[in-house]
Amino acid sequence: MARGNWRYGAVWAWTLTVVIFLYLPGVCLLLASLTESRYFIFPISRWGLDWWGKTFASLEIRALFETSVLIAVCVTVVAVTIAFFGALAFARYDWKGRALYQRIVLLPIFFPQSVLGLALLLWFSALGVDLSWKSAIFAHLVWIVPVVTLVISIQVYSFDPALEEAAFDLGANRWQVFREVTLPVLFPGIFSGALFAFLLSWGNFPLSLYTTGADTTIPEYLYAKMVAGYTPGVPVLGTVSTASAAILLLGGYALIVARRRRRAASED
Amino acid sequence: MTPAPDQTRRKLSLGAWHALPVIVFLLLGFVAPLLAVIGYSVMPERTFSIWQAPTAENYVTVFTGTSYISFLWSLGLAALTVFFLALICYPIALGLARVFGRWSSALTLVFTIPLFVSENVRMYGWILFLIKNGVLLGTLKSLFGIEMDSWLFTRGVIVFGMVYVYLPFMLFPMTLGVSMVPRETRDAAFDLGATRWQVFREIDLPLSMPGVVIGFLLSFVLAVGAIAEFKVLGGQQVIPITHDIEIAFTYSQNWPLGAALSVLLMLVVGTLVLVVLRRFDLDAILGRR
Repeated sequence: MARGNWRYGAVWAWTLTVVIFLYLPGVCLLLASLTESRYFIFPISRWGLDWWGKTFASLEIRALFETSVLIAVCVTVVAVTIAFFGALAFARYDWKGRALYQRIVLLPIFFPQSVLGLALLLWFSALGVDLSWKSAIFAHLVWIVPVVTLVISIQVYSFDPALEEAAFDLGANRWQVFREVTLPVLFPGIFSGALFAFLLSWGNFPLSLYTTGADTTIPEYLYAKMVAGYTPGVPVLGTVSTASAAILLLGGYALIVARRRRRAASED
Repeated sequence: MTPAPDQTRRKLSLGAWHALPVIVFLLLGFVAPLLAVIGYSVMPERTFSIWQAPTAENYVTVFTGTSYISFLWSLGLAALTVFFLALICYPIALGLARVFGRWSSALTLVFTIPLFVSENVRMYGWILFLIKNGVLLGTLKSLFGIEMDSWLFTRGVIVFGMVYVYLPFMLFPMTLGVSMVPRETRDAAFDLGATRWQVFREIDLPLSMPGVVIGFLLSFVLAVGAIAEFKVLGGQQVIPITHDIEIAFTYSQNWPLGAALSVLLMLVVGTLVLVVLRRFDLDAILGRR
């Protein structure tokens, strides 16, 4: 341990520098949202919450929230259901096509999303599907199902199949084993998978851009406004969407930690 | 007398059954759309239907045109991004795997949050920071009276933006890779008198290679597909291939040409991914016991 303490210090310092760099744009958004003036000039001369009030009062923005949340909720439910079984096939069972299957699952993640969005647009048009928030759910799933499969798989890898076999030996049927053993043990993975699904859908832009048709999500709306010229509504909405993602993730993580502590306490 | 062969057979089909929903979904949502792109790429110019006599004219247009310049910019800047990311992320990956201890998971969380904020929003934050009279230049001007030109709308800032956006995609696989190096092996090498550099070259690097290469691959592929960085931060100083594709689909209303460009991009990316992924045991990287 004594070897190279200054090196540990350097690693800490570098990491914290990168963290600051990572959050700098978020801080800039927050600062820009807290102004009363129409234009962004720093240092800010008149601070105020005017634009926050205006943004929250807007009906248009309420509709955006609803569309984004609706898409994210549907994506989460479907993705977790499919990916749960996909993860068992990925990590739990030894079967003949597994190595190939693992690579197929990874392909959509290792793929430029803007091209994937366009490919889906062409596919929908070839099928004659009308574009709306529903087609966007499908598009998000193409990318999010593989991600969630990976996230749950990591939990499945640490799962001991002997637990299931023990339950079978004690006379439990398939459904009981699933409900009483498999599901509770894998729950942290499923929960993180659900968080990932919701948040990735919430923040997605490239897939939504080509597949929502007349409906609009928050990232799309922000992009349209950015390109059109400056309004302090953009920093407000950007801050809100960043903060809600952070709160959801930290809250979810706190739940997982609390659950782990409770379990550890009950085992003592 | 356990029915061993019977059980193996049941296990085989169980795995396949569980994989079925994902496979069917990816056939419909991933493979079929890619086939649709290939289909459109051989349709006559400026048509919107996929059921016509095939033609190679779009590929002729692409190969005789100037799209290769956009291709080279996309690939070149993506490679540069990967290079910088490797330098930036390696010390952090070492820290997350070996130094930070109980702070590791909290820090991982801190690095995860930006993933869930749309790229555009984060780019926009940088614009507010870098723009004339923005957070950086405005502060310098009011505090020190220094006036400088904005760094926005240059080539450098495009790479900067990509490094920023794709950082987690390099960091997380790299951290998995670095955690694969057993502490005992390193300690043993040190005890046998190896220097720091020897341990790095002979032990750390080879053993963490799978995760490191996957980080390279993932961030490279995503950076090749980047578009927002070029448009928002770069002010169209450089036109990437994704922008050419988007133009073909939107302004020029030439879907077949856009599809042909997409096919070429998919070929480059797909070949790279398949070649690299074939070489690694994914179970070992993701932590099978």
